[in-house]
Amino acid sequence: MGLFSSLFSPRPKTASIAKERLKIVLAHERASRDAPDFLPRLQKDLLAVVARYCQINEEMIHVNVGKAGDTSLLEINIELAGAKAL
Amino acid sequence: MAAQVIVVTSGKGGVGKTTTSAAFAAGLALRGHKTVVIDFDVGLRNLDLVMGCERRVVFDFINVINGDANLNQALIKDKRNDNLYIFPTSQTRDKDALKREGVERVLDELKKTFDYIVCDSPAGIEHGAVTALYFADRAIIVTNPEVSSVRDSDRIIGILSSRSRRAERNEPPVDIHLLLTRYDAERVTKGEMLAVEDVKEILSIPLLGVIPESESVLRASNTGTPVVFDPESSAGRAYTDAVARFLGEQREMRFVKPERKGFFRVLFGRA
Repeated sequence: MGLFSSLFSPRPKTASIAKERLKIVLAHERASRDAPDFLPRLQKDLLAVVARYCQINEEMIHVNVGKAGDTSLLEINIELAGAKAL
Repeated sequence: MAAQVIVVTSGKGGVGKTTTSAAFAAGLALRGHKTVVIDFDVGLRNLDLVMGCERRVVFDFINVINGDANLNQALIKDKRNDNLYIFPTSQTRDKDALKREGVERVLDELKKTFDYIVCDSPAGIEHGAVTALYFADRAIIVTNPEVSSVRDSDRIIGILSSRSRRAERNEPPVDIHLLLTRYDAERVTKGEMLAVEDVKEILSIPLLGVIPESESVLRASNTGTPVVFDPESSAGRAYTDAVARFLGEQREMRFVKPERKGFFRVLFGRA
């Protein structure tokens, strides 16, 4: 890089890139960290129970933990639309 | 005042935990508080070297936990300050030597005689690091203005708020402080390094101090002298300020703006 270009095209500020990358990765990591360890097992058990009554697969059950104010919410969504009764 | 257990932790290695533990313990002792600094890095003993007492180690933390020695035999009294004691760790390769019940018993015993118990945590998030933070009342998160250090600090803050004894017992949470080390104000101005405000915003914990990158830190560890004993050094003064803030005083942040070097400082200046 010549003198001219180094004077007139300053390098991007790497600190602000670092800050943005950190914000994104930490937002993601904090969300998954707060989820209790038992969620995958709960999802499996729910699947087993529902499967006694109708045909269902793993993608049709969604288990999430969220927050509403001071209250922790356990959110369970089970799709039944396409599920056939046994 | 009830004795306080302080953990110095970071997740990432090499950011300055042992330097900070040594400087902070010495700083508290200089302020007249009876202080002991414990090396929790079992297997990789180094606090003794940084504190300059490596040739006086006879018994260690694990010996006391196992009942093979008593506290008076293992504690090393600092030769520079009567309020300061060093509790070296063992060089055993047995990772599980640090038993939680044993650590609790030793800390309870230390609380009878000391005002502050500074726990120098090993790096990582494994058994040793979790044991070091488990009993903490207050935590100093040592962070470099660098992406991996900030991320690991965030991780260890999460562990403090979920897995410490205070968290498990639903007690008031561990009082967490951010200490930014190896800060280079000049590079921050150029946009090459995360600024103190950036790190504060990302981690959202209160700032205890900013320690400038300084040649005096290596000089201090070369000679086994905690850097607060060097009143000339910028890092030493920054640690002294941080200790004062830790004790509840208001002090303006120094070393966060590039220093304007005068003619004489350029010629004769020391970092």
